[in-house]
Amino acid sequence: MTPARLNRVIAWSLLVFLVAPALIAIPVSLTNKTYLSLPWDGISLQYYREVFSSPEWVSSFFQSTVIGLTSAALATIVGTLAAVGLWRLSSRWGEVVRGLLLLPLVIPPIIAAMAFYRLYVPLGLIDSYTGLILAHSVLAAPLVLITVGASLAGFDRRLEQASRNLGASAAQTLWRVILPSIRPGVISGAVFAFIASWDEIVVTLFLSKFTVYTLPRRMWNGIRENTDPAVAAAAVILLGVTFAAFLIWGIAQRRARRAQGTT
Amino acid sequence: MSRIQSLNPAWLLVAPLLALVAVMFAGPLLNILWLSFTDPEPGIANYVALVEKTSLQKLLWTTLRVCLITTVLSVALGYSIAYAMANVAEASRQRMMLFILISFWISVLVRTFSWIMLLGRNGLLNNGLIEAGLISQPIPFVRNELGVLIGMVHYMIPYAVLPILAAMQGIDGRVLQASRNLGASPAQTFWRVYLPLTKPGIIAGALLVFILSLGFYITPAIMGGGKVLMVAEYISVQILVTLKWGTAAMLAVLMLASVLGLLYVLSRFMKLSAALGGGRT
Repeated sequence: MTPARLNRVIAWSLLVFLVAPALIAIPVSLTNKTYLSLPWDGISLQYYREVFSSPEWVSSFFQSTVIGLTSAALATIVGTLAAVGLWRLSSRWGEVVRGLLLLPLVIPPIIAAMAFYRLYVPLGLIDSYTGLILAHSVLAAPLVLITVGASLAGFDRRLEQASRNLGASAAQTLWRVILPSIRPGVISGAVFAFIASWDEIVVTLFLSKFTVYTLPRRMWNGIRENTDPAVAAAAVILLGVTFAAFLIWGIAQRRARRAQGTT
Repeated sequence: MSRIQSLNPAWLLVAPLLALVAVMFAGPLLNILWLSFTDPEPGIANYVALVEKTSLQKLLWTTLRVCLITTVLSVALGYSIAYAMANVAEASRQRMMLFILISFWISVLVRTFSWIMLLGRNGLLNNGLIEAGLISQPIPFVRNELGVLIGMVHYMIPYAVLPILAAMQGIDGRVLQASRNLGASPAQTFWRVYLPLTKPGIIAGALLVFILSLGFYITPAIMGGGKVLMVAEYISVQILVTLKWGTAAMLAVLMLASVLGLLYVLSRFMKLSAALGGGRT
């Protein structure tokens, strides 16, 4: 075997190593034992039944969905507006501000959690939906800024000028000319923002107590105590939703590419 | 004409996000900086403790050691993946990229939980080995530094791959041909031409992994089982349990300063938006 071939084998093994371990939750969630084990002597759906009939798990699932969708919507709106604004400006100051707006991506989550905690205690926003949604939105908005920014880089400025010259207002131009052509970037951003909120845990650990209890928050408790296979079932559900979002993203990308090919 | 009138109206579109980031981050972060010098009493006592307290030194050393080992391993393994990706047909490369993307998308909590299921004391691997009669005592894979390293390297490899791959794809193939034509062996060409040409990618990947490792919380907290205390977990204990905001703020300032400093260095090797965009986008 040549070194290059050997490396290809190693690389593929590593890629499988990157993805495979997380899939172990699937067989474990189907066990018929009372402890974490593989379902060697029989498959059972009892832990899914347990998760779906437990008011706590159902409530967490519902809360995560609401917080994820709301944060994604908010992040997508402010992120898209900011991306279009910065694209229009295309000035040195604009680039400085863009750098500033991307900072939430690189600030360690623990420090973001601390910052929000400081801000929320006097405002009474700890353990509230508003607090968690605002926090998740500000963490996710930079993702939208990046995806929409990338879409805008491929947008022909003359279309905007044409629209304005033909008498459309700035708002009309934004809504009817710019937005439709950057839709793939907006959709990608929205999907990323949803997932970022959906599986966010560090900030949630600091900002939630009793009232707000998202799916990752409840799983965190399950992992730290003596783990029962219901947590594996919850993990599979969490992953399942993430991958559904991933599929939506993939389909949107493919469509966009095909649309580009035909024009 | 006044300044206000000359302001480009496009700033109005940027304003909502700018305001959100300013209120949620800028204000509270300044407050944390302030706290680090004033809590429990004004002065630099919190920072002096870094030199005086051996517990804090041990904490910093553990964090640094774990982050450095994670960086070296992630970059080495990431290089192997990137090399394979740079030298296969387009279809294979896309398939490999799909694996990288999927791995980016797997929740850190689910990953960590999976490792505990696989490698824990009563985990599937230990149980399997005991049933097979290969070992009599479970092997301690997790709840120690080994566990933390497994979890962190597993998470970080994709972040190392992307900058290195970008550097590899920028290499002009004719340089390698020239090296071969001039009589260098394939091994010589790799070590003396290819590897040096990918150095910017290696440095960028290493910096990115190191920066992200510094703030890691979930993986060390669970995989370390309380035995491998790193800065992020220590901060959370100070805030949520012992309520020592001064120490927590000092460590946060230190961590943030390191992250921003290293980001500045990283920005000299590659466009930051490219490095960050590599992540979940």
